[in-house]
Amino acid sequence: MSPESLHTGLKSDRRLVLLEKVITQHQYQKESLLEILHKAQELYGYLDKDLFLYISNALDLPSSHVYGVATFYNLFKLKKPGTHTITFCLGTACFVKGVEQIISAVERAFNVERGETSADGRLSLFITRCIGACAMAPNVIVDDEVVGGASKEAVMNKINFLLGDGKVETR
Amino acid sequence: MSVRTIKLKIDGKEVTAQEADTILEVARENEIFIPTLCYLEGLTSLGGCRLCLVEVKGSPKLFPACSTAVSNRMEVITNSDSLMEYRRMIVELLLSERTHICAVCVANDSCELQEMATELGTDHVRFNRKWTNHKIDSSHENLVLDPNRCILCTRCIRVCDEVEGVHTLDLKMRGKDSQVIIDLDEPWGASNSCTSCMKCAAVCPVGAIYIKGKALSETKDKELPEFVLGRRCR
Repeated sequence: MSPESLHTGLKSDRRLVLLEKVITQHQYQKESLLEILHKAQELYGYLDKDLFLYISNALDLPSSHVYGVATFYNLFKLKKPGTHTITFCLGTACFVKGVEQIISAVERAFNVERGETSADGRLSLFITRCIGACAMAPNVIVDDEVVGGASKEAVMNKINFLLGDGKVETR
Repeated sequence: MSVRTIKLKIDGKEVTAQEADTILEVARENEIFIPTLCYLEGLTSLGGCRLCLVEVKGSPKLFPACSTAVSNRMEVITNSDSLMEYRRMIVELLLSERTHICAVCVANDSCELQEMATELGTDHVRFNRKWTNHKIDSSHENLVLDPNRCILCTRCIRVCDEVEGVHTLDLKMRGKDSQVIIDLDEPWGASNSCTSCMKCAAVCPVGAIYIKGKALSETKDKELPEFVLGRRCR
């Protein structure tokens, strides 16, 4: 284990070994920050304080810079996502086609706010700006499946199916 | 190798300049006023506030004077009617973006945004104001960060990085959600990297970072802070 990892609360496990390997492959270069953040998210599922500190130590970058880069991009997650994630596209086309109504309906039905995860950790709602499929607007991404021309009912059905027909427990 | 001296025209006035100079530097040397907010002599230029946009003859584009190098026989216009209109609009957009209330602001009377608005004759804002309600961080012993007054000029971030060399401050998110952060978006008081040098407060053009318990007019010298300029002579 390298001395850097001692400074943070990261547990030394296989994931950290793999991350260290990628950092070494990039020769600890500051320019490879994005690739390393990608790898870290791939390994851990989301980025937390310990990972930021570890990466900033390893690449000798200010922690505020690492945080700034990670929050600039929509696809880096800073909170642990739920078992199932629903991502709503809020680009112009989807907005005009009424994705907002779908979002608020899902929020109400499952008692989860956008950007948050349900109390039981089974459902997360995320917002993104334009996934580049404007012709099929409104778009909703249910887990990994893009649902084009989405309707309130279709999205609700899919979510209910994913959650095994039971509603997410209310907070 | 010597630097080439070149000739250009700014607002019809013939001036000479060194090849690597920016339009803004040349204009200032020749006492031609170009408004700026994010520019600060001694720090790298950002070109973010767009107040220093100028017209260059022969190009339909506008150029930020602070980060555009001069070239031979260039003809620059700094004060056309459309430029003035753009500048007024930029100031109004800056005012509408967050919560700017001069009457209750520490920076009142020594605020560069206020000064700019006065200069340009802004007496109202034509856009809907956002009236943001971001959290104020007053956990630091001497300093306060109020994102509601921030215009995101990033002077504090640049001075923290380039002059103090600690890079405690940075920007998170993007667009309208951008905010100045300390370390990993943590309370300022808990920061290990901050040296409490207070340079950020000294370079803030508005009242977003200020020294606790004092109005800016009491603490801030209107001249450029010496430590920023001093760096060039070293």
